[in-house]
Amino acid sequence: MSGGVDSSTVAALLVRQGHKIVGMTMQLWNQRRLPELAPETAGHGRCCSLDDVYDARRVAEQVGIPYYVVNFEQQFEEQVVQPFVEEYLAGRTPIPCTLCNNYIKFDRFLEMADSVGAHQIATGHYARVRYDDASGRYQLLRARDGSKDQTYFLFGLTQKQLARTLFPLGEMVKPEVRELAREMDLAVASKGDSQEICFVPNGDYAAFLNAYLKDKGVEPQSTRGSIVTTDGRTLGEHEGVHHFTVGQRKGLGISSKEPLYVISTDSQTQRVVVGGNDDLLCGRFIARQLNWISIAGVTAPVRAQVKIRNKHAAASATILPTADPACVEVIFDEPQRAVTPGQGAVFYDGDLVLGGGWIG
Amino acid sequence: MVSCLGQVYGNASSIHHFGQAAKQKLEAARRQVAALIHASPAEVVFTSGGTEADNLALFGMVRAAGRPQAHIIVSSIEHPAVLASAAQLEREGVAVTCLPVSANGTVDPEGVHRAIRPNTVLISIMHANNELGVVQPIAEISRVAREAGVPLHVDGVQALGKVAVDVDTLGVDLYSMSGHKLYAPKGVGALYMRKGTKLAPTAFGGHHERDRRPGTENVPGIVAFGAACELAGRTLAAESERLAALRDRLENSVLGRISGVGVSGRYATRTPNTSNIYFDGVDGEAMVIALDLRGFAVSTGSACSSGAITPSHVLTALGLSADRARSSLRFSLGRATTAEQVDALVDALEASVAHLRRISVHA
Repeated sequence: MSGGVDSSTVAALLVRQGHKIVGMTMQLWNQRRLPELAPETAGHGRCCSLDDVYDARRVAEQVGIPYYVVNFEQQFEEQVVQPFVEEYLAGRTPIPCTLCNNYIKFDRFLEMADSVGAHQIATGHYARVRYDDASGRYQLLRARDGSKDQTYFLFGLTQKQLARTLFPLGEMVKPEVRELAREMDLAVASKGDSQEICFVPNGDYAAFLNAYLKDKGVEPQSTRGSIVTTDGRTLGEHEGVHHFTVGQRKGLGISSKEPLYVISTDSQTQRVVVGGNDDLLCGRFIARQLNWISIAGVTAPVRAQVKIRNKHAAASATILPTADPACVEVIFDEPQRAVTPGQGAVFYDGDLVLGGGWIG
Repeated sequence: MVSCLGQVYGNASSIHHFGQAAKQKLEAARRQVAALIHASPAEVVFTSGGTEADNLALFGMVRAAGRPQAHIIVSSIEHPAVLASAAQLEREGVAVTCLPVSANGTVDPEGVHRAIRPNTVLISIMHANNELGVVQPIAEISRVAREAGVPLHVDGVQALGKVAVDVDTLGVDLYSMSGHKLYAPKGVGALYMRKGTKLAPTAFGGHHERDRRPGTENVPGIVAFGAACELAGRTLAAESERLAALRDRLENSVLGRISGVGVSGRYATRTPNTSNIYFDGVDGEAMVIALDLRGFAVSTGSACSSGAITPSHVLTALGLSADRARSSLRFSLGRATTAEQVDALVDALEASVAHLRRISVHA
C-alpha cells in the first residue's frame, strides 16, 4: 500500500470481496538521506514519505485490516539504486522500476508475505494475469486501461511469482478506480498520480547521481568528454556521459541549423555522438537476459509487437532465436527511433506479454 | 486523576482556592514520586516524559556549566533521547565520548574513569537498558564520577518500578523517569535533581517547577504518576519475583525447544521484565508481524517515524552481527502477563520460527 489511490482501492476492494488481508507499505528509500536534493520537499509528498505512510495507514484503518510498514531500504539500495547508478555511469539508460519489481515487489515482498502466512499478494499495478490450461503457464496481459498499462515494467516476473499475484485493477480503467475509491469513501480518492522515479526528485537523475555518489564518499569518476557527429567531427565538450540519453535533444549546448539528437554514448571513449533525427533510426537489436512469460521460449522466428520504452507504441517485429538461449535478435518491420541500451524490450502478441529482455 | 479532569480543574499556579486544590494534589504526587526513589520532594521536577527529562538533563547541565569547550560522556547503548541529544550537543561544539559496552551489555566503570577529562561536565549512563533489561553498575560509576567531581545523570526510565531505586545509594545527581512505564497515562515523567545541582532551564516562560521547567503542569497525569509510584513501591518486590519467574520460564522454554537461539545479556544483572532473544536465520521484522497477527505484541530494534524497523544500535554495540541483530526480538512482560500466555507465546514462537526458517531455505 503506497498510500495512493490504486493500492488503497485494491485493499478496499479485496476486503469488500471477503478476502482476509494484511496491508503493508514497503519502506524503500529514506527521502531525507540526500537533503541537497529538493530540500523543501524532503520527506514529504514523494514515495515512502511520511505523508504517504500516513495515508496508507488511514486507509487500512478505514477498511479494518492489520497494517505494517516493512523496511526494505537495504535491499532496495543494493538491488535497485546501485545498479541504476552503475548503469548511468556506464552510459546506459536504466529502468529502476523493473529491477524493483523483479527483486523487491515480487521477490522480497512475496517472501515477507510467506513469512506472515499470506498465500498471495495483490498490488495496484495495471496489468492482468491469467492461467492458461493449454500451455500450463501463467500469462501476463496488458491492462484494460491502455494508457495505464504497466506490463512494460513487469516483463521480469517468473511463473512462480505470477502464480501468487493478483492485479485487481487490471480490468478497470483509472476513472473507474477513482469512482470506486470515492464510492467506498476512501480518503485518498482524489490524490494525484505519482509519475517520476520514486527516489529521484523532480526527475533530475544527474543531480541524484552526484548527490548519491557524494553520500557514498565516492568521487564520481569524471566522464567528461567530447560531443562528436556521426561522421567524426568534434562539436564541443560535455560534462559527463551520464547527463545524456539516446534520443535526447535538449541540453546539448550546441547550436545547429538542423535539430541535433543524441545517437549514442560511449563510456569507454566518453564520447557523446549526435546526429539528425534519421540517425536515430535503428532496424534491429539484441535483447539479453530474457524472461519468457506466456510462452516457454522461441526456437523459430516469431512475429510480435515489440515495445522498447514505456511510452513507445509497440512496433511489429520478428524475434529470431540466437545461439545463446538467453538472447534473441529483434528485427523491426520499420526502423524505430532511439533504441536505447539499458531499457527493456517487451514482446507482445496483442494483449499477451510473451516475454522480454534488456536492450544490450 | 479523574477528579483533576473535573472537580479539581484549577491551575496549580493560581492563587485562588481552585488553584490551591490542584497544587495540593500536585505536591502530594511529588511526595509519592520522591518516596519511590528516596529523594526529597523538592528534588523532583515534573516533565512531559522520559525524553524531555533526558533532554533537560543533558542540555541543562551543559548550558549551566558554561564552559566554551565542554565534554560529556555517554554509553553507546543509551536511549535515543540521550544519544540524539548528545549528537545535537556535538553539532553545537560539545565534545562527546560514547563508551562501548561488554558483550553482556554493561558499561565498565573503569572505562568511565579513563574517559573523564578536566572539562567533562556530565556523565550520562542509563540505569537499565530498554532493549536488554541489563542493569548498569551505577553505584560504581557514581563513585568514579564523584571522585572526579563530575555530575552523573542516569536515565532510569526502564528501571523505575522494576528494581529498587535509591538515589543516595546509587549516588546519582540526576535521574530521568517516565510515568507510563509504571502504568500511569502517557505524557508524564520527571527528572530528579539532587539538591544543589546547577541546571539551566531549556524552556522559558514561567516559574513552574521552581523555574526549572516552565509550563502549566499536567496535573491529571502527574497525580496518576504519583499514584503509580506508590503502587509500584508496594508491589515491587513481589511483582519483580513473579516477572523474573515468567521471564525465566520463557527463556528456558525457548532455549530448550528451539535450536539456534540465544539470550542477549543473559548473564548480566537484568530487570525482571525484559528478554532479548535472537533466532538465527529468522527475519525479526517478519516474526514481529507474524506474531502480532497471532495476537502477541513483541518488538525488535526500534521503530522509526514511518513505523518501519531499523537494526538495533544496542545489539550491534553488544557485538552481535547485523544478521543476528535483525533476527532478535524483544519480549516485555508486565503486570497482566500470565504463565499461560507465556506458554502460548512459546508455542507460537516455535511454529513461527520453523515456518520462517523453512521459507528462507527456499529463498
